[in-house]
Amino acid sequence: MTRLLATLMLVTLTLPAQAEPVSGYAFLDDSTREMQDDDFSNPGMVAVDRGAELFHELRDSEVHSCSSCHGENGEGMDIKAIARYPVFNANLGGLVTLQERVNYCWEINLDRFPLTPGSSELIALETYVRHLAKGETVNVQTDGDMAPLLARGEALYNTRFGQLDMSCGHCHVQHQGQMLRGQRLSQGQANGFPEYRLGRGRITSLQQRLTECFVSFRAEPFEEGSPEYDLLELYIMSRANGLEIETPAVRF
Amino acid sequence: MRGRSVRSLLWLGLYAACASALADASAQQAYCEWQSADFAIASPLCGLDGDPARGRALAADSHGGNCLACHPMPIDEEPFHGTIGPPLQGIGARYSAAQIRLRIVDEKQLNPMTIMPGFYRDPALANRIAGEFWGKTFLSAQQVEDLVAYLVTLK
Ligand code: HEC
Ligand code: HEC
Ligand code: HEC
Repeated sequence: MTRLLATLMLVTLTLPAQAEPVSGYAFLDDSTREMQDDDFSNPGMVAVDRGAELFHELRDSEVHSCSSCHGENGEGMDIKAIARYPVFNANLGGLVTLQERVNYCWEINLDRFPLTPGSSELIALETYVRHLAKGETVNVQTDGDMAPLLARGEALYNTRFGQLDMSCGHCHVQHQGQMLRGQRLSQGQANGFPEYRLGRGRITSLQQRLTECFVSFRAEPFEEGSPEYDLLELYIMSRANGLEIETPAVRF
Repeated sequence: MRGRSVRSLLWLGLYAACASALADASAQQAYCEWQSADFAIASPLCGLDGDPARGRALAADSHGGNCLACHPMPIDEEPFHGTIGPPLQGIGARYSAAQIRLRIVDEKQLNPMTIMPGFYRDPALANRIAGEFWGKTFLSAQQVEDLVAYLVTLK
């Protein structure tokens, strides 16, 4: 019995700190949680509504909108499939983020000029689509074709950048739970993206957040939609596997 | 209250917001080479003298060294102290000025894995440094010396 207990304790002590994913929601104060939980007070719902308009919009002489193929309220969309993003799709050239999938449908299925990565239309549509899967569990593929891509994303996550010479992992893995001045460091999870940022007063995609991080370390950011950001997005989203989608989350 | 606290805490954003002001400060003087031996830098950077009062202000200034972002320090008027690094109370009794200088200039010489930025590290070593900071150290030599002068008083 003592031996068993000792072994158990040893196992607990040697588990890596990030074994259990924790949503950024757990780090919020009550008033911010209430704001997120109530659709009427959640400021991110404006982007969902804007996305819904775009989802139904017919331009010029068009006969199809997104809703023609995906259902009036997106009910034709498989929410389990949305929770898999970013996905590996050999027909679409490999790694595909949710924004890139939306842009692909925009260009190929609606025959429109593609949108710029990070444009407000794309973020609104991404927010709308991901909100359909709210409550679903993030479930990014980690094996097969994804394994080597994930390893590259993880390497970027642990690379030091900029004048501050820090990596993402320094704050969100090594020092998670500790105080950075008055802020408790969360795991930097992505299950709530696109999310509404109270400090910025706007809806923010994950890749826009990455740019904010790079700027704050005084590093040269990558482009939205670049291979580096897509790999980081893949790795970061895979860390959220098992967490519920909260889009649109509310954060500072 | 919440608004105020969150604003005074946000270290990352503030660094970004005050980037240009700081860049001006460190641009005033060219980078001075330094030498470390026995885990210390014996000579003051660029031969400058430090001022402990300025160093104390810098340590708390979220636009400056912002040591408080990570370290608990005996600066009681500031409500929020980070817990990422060890408390700096008593540091002047544990280390000499030369030892403290190396820790501020480039803690990575002591612990290659550390999160603590090298505040006077050779800027040529940085990876993807943003254009406006190209060739610049985080703090100026004068600011580092001010911090050293302050930390040695923490007995
Ligand atoms: C002509 C039909 C058509 C139109 C119009 C269309 N899509 Fe699609 N969409 C598809 C098909 C087919 C798939 C692939 C489904 C699959 O792989 O099972 C897809 C997949 C998706 C996915 C990924 C979900 C999944 O099941 O893999 C999203 C998100 C999406 N579309 C969003 C949109 C948006 C937003 C618009 C409007 C800008 C749009 N689509 C317009 C046919 C369409
Ligand atoms: C100096 C510490 C620090 C570093 C380094 C850092 N972050 Fe953060 N990050 C924060 C703080 C502070 C917040 C806001 C509070 C929180 O959620 O921890 C945050 C928030 C986030 C969030 C939002 C979390 C949520 O719940 O919405 C993501 C995602 C994130 N960071 C990703 C990254 C990535 C990717 C990197 C590397 C490019 C990075 N961070 C590097 C401090 C850091
Ligand atoms: C991003 C967090 C961070 C910031 C900002 C930071 N430090 Fe540190 N510091 C650390 C950590 C963590 C350690 C522990 C040693 C290590 O990791 O190598 C440390 C160690 C030290 C030590 C050695 C302490 C000992 O007992 O060995 C000194 C001295 C020090 N820091 C001074 C400063 C000063 C002065 C500033 C402001 C200019 C500062 N630090 C800013 C994280 C930080």
